[in-house]
Amino acid sequence: MKPLCFELKNPIRQRLNVSLLTPHTLKNCSIADILELPISLGYHEYPVKYLFNVTGEDTQHIIFTNSCALMDNIGHDHNGGYIEVQGDAGDYVGSYMRAGLLHVKGNVGRYAATGLRGGEVFIHGNAGDYLGAAQQGFLQGMRQGRVIVTGNAGHYVGQRMRRGLIIVEGHVGMYCGAHMIAGTISLFGQVGAYLGYGMRRGTLLLTHSPTSLPPTFKDNGDYDLLFLQLLKQDLVYPDCPARPTTNHVQRFIGDSACAGKGEVLVFQ
Amino acid sequence: MNINGIKIDDTFAEAFSMVATRLIITAASLKWARIAAEGATGFATSVIACGCEAGIEREWSAEETPDGRVGVSILLFTMKKDRLATQIKKRVGQCILTCPTTACYAGLYTDEMLPLGKTLRYFGDGWQISKMIQERRYWRIPVMEGEFLCEETTGVQKAIGGGNFLVLASTPEQALAATECAVNAIAPLPDVILPFPAGIARSGSKVGSKYKALLASTNEEFCPTLKNQVNSCLGKETGSVLEVIIDGMSRAAVEKATRVGIEAICALGAESGVHRISAGNYGGRLGKHHFKLHEIMV
Repeated sequence: MKPLCFELKNPIRQRLNVSLLTPHTLKNCSIADILELPISLGYHEYPVKYLFNVTGEDTQHIIFTNSCALMDNIGHDHNGGYIEVQGDAGDYVGSYMRAGLLHVKGNVGRYAATGLRGGEVFIHGNAGDYLGAAQQGFLQGMRQGRVIVTGNAGHYVGQRMRRGLIIVEGHVGMYCGAHMIAGTISLFGQVGAYLGYGMRRGTLLLTHSPTSLPPTFKDNGDYDLLFLQLLKQDLVYPDCPARPTTNHVQRFIGDSACAGKGEVLVFQ
Repeated sequence: MNINGIKIDDTFAEAFSMVATRLIITAASLKWARIAAEGATGFATSVIACGCEAGIEREWSAEETPDGRVGVSILLFTMKKDRLATQIKKRVGQCILTCPTTACYAGLYTDEMLPLGKTLRYFGDGWQISKMIQERRYWRIPVMEGEFLCEETTGVQKAIGGGNFLVLASTPEQALAATECAVNAIAPLPDVILPFPAGIARSGSKVGSKYKALLASTNEEFCPTLKNQVNSCLGKETGSVLEVIIDGMSRAAVEKATRVGIEAICALGAESGVHRISAGNYGGRLGKHHFKLHEIMV
């Protein structure tokens, strides 16, 4: 079977919500049903056929082509199967996703992987602010799963993150890991100010020393930590850059303004 | 049946149902992994008085273990799951957590899991850290040396305890030498342990005793010094009997270990002083698993 392919017919000027177009919602739909599904563009609803050329029939493998940064909610509540985005994506990519794989071959907007509950979000590009964080008004960010960003990420990466793993190969902005509850964020580029601000528990794993840490973080010494040997299994993916071979890290603990059981580990 | 001049009795070993788990202990060197494993499997020869039966299964190379260090796997057997959980907590807590450089992982994944680090984490007194890696939870427990890393749970499965065979020889020296050969042959096999000292028991037991308080007592039918005093199973040519007791994760594993052990002894021939191989059974009173020697050796 050929993958179910949604090709955007024309450039759009308003935000397009494609949260309905996931493998589990389309599972028992015929192509005719799919073409009539209502999706919202701005304040109005239109049938899928009005906006997309639809080809293929495999609802468990969905491809968005000709996509753009105004396409929001791709893979929202995604629960198994495979979604591929060939191009940029808008906000809320993979939000509240539960299982499966979401692969974006482009840049994504804000709030990607927020509230993630399982599965994997793979972003071959840059991510906006609030990657894996909590959506506004919510107390917890991502709760399970893995997020990989091969480019840079914005501010508030992993804010209020509860569990899971975020990997960012490039640079990240300010307030990375802010108010983090638990989980692991692995950063292979430069990090902005206020790293781990207000974090309670969890691990921020760095290859570059942070330019500054909040004064409520303390130097804990340098150690060989065995769990890093296991964690490295999670840090790799096909064609990923080389990873540190050592388990020797400089450890900072904080944020002592909160529970103070978080840790910032810098590979030595 | 006679193999290479050694008679194989037409009898069966009577074994019983147990539950078991496998733990993988890694350390900075094989020496320390073995020290921890030997400690954790110490005083674990028989469930009659030790709480569990345990032993070292095999050594693991660095490529095989979760953390890329060398290790040793141990198997623990009890009659019931809750007792197994208790023994895991005590033995890992006292002998592995305390041993320098070690870490402890589940060696078995089943639908039902027993606590491992889940209970030991409290030793961290609130400073323990949980990590989910590859969808498995690990506990990092701070200790004076650094950190003790332990998986949260370990699997449990049905198993068989008390598989056995008896080696009947003319002298104690001959019995011991031949039984050591059998133990060495069984040692590399997976899924089995020989819980008794160096894999050999000299005091095979029967069920019950004339003394009401005892669950087991000496197997007088196979005691050479009681010949002509009791209904002995020994002829006048037998001067010593040793027993190899096998606990396994499956019937097939116990059968294979029995066969490999007996074959190793038979390869020595009658000139080794061994003239007979038998097995311990108790008329079906002990367990439902019967390992018939003739069927195993065919």
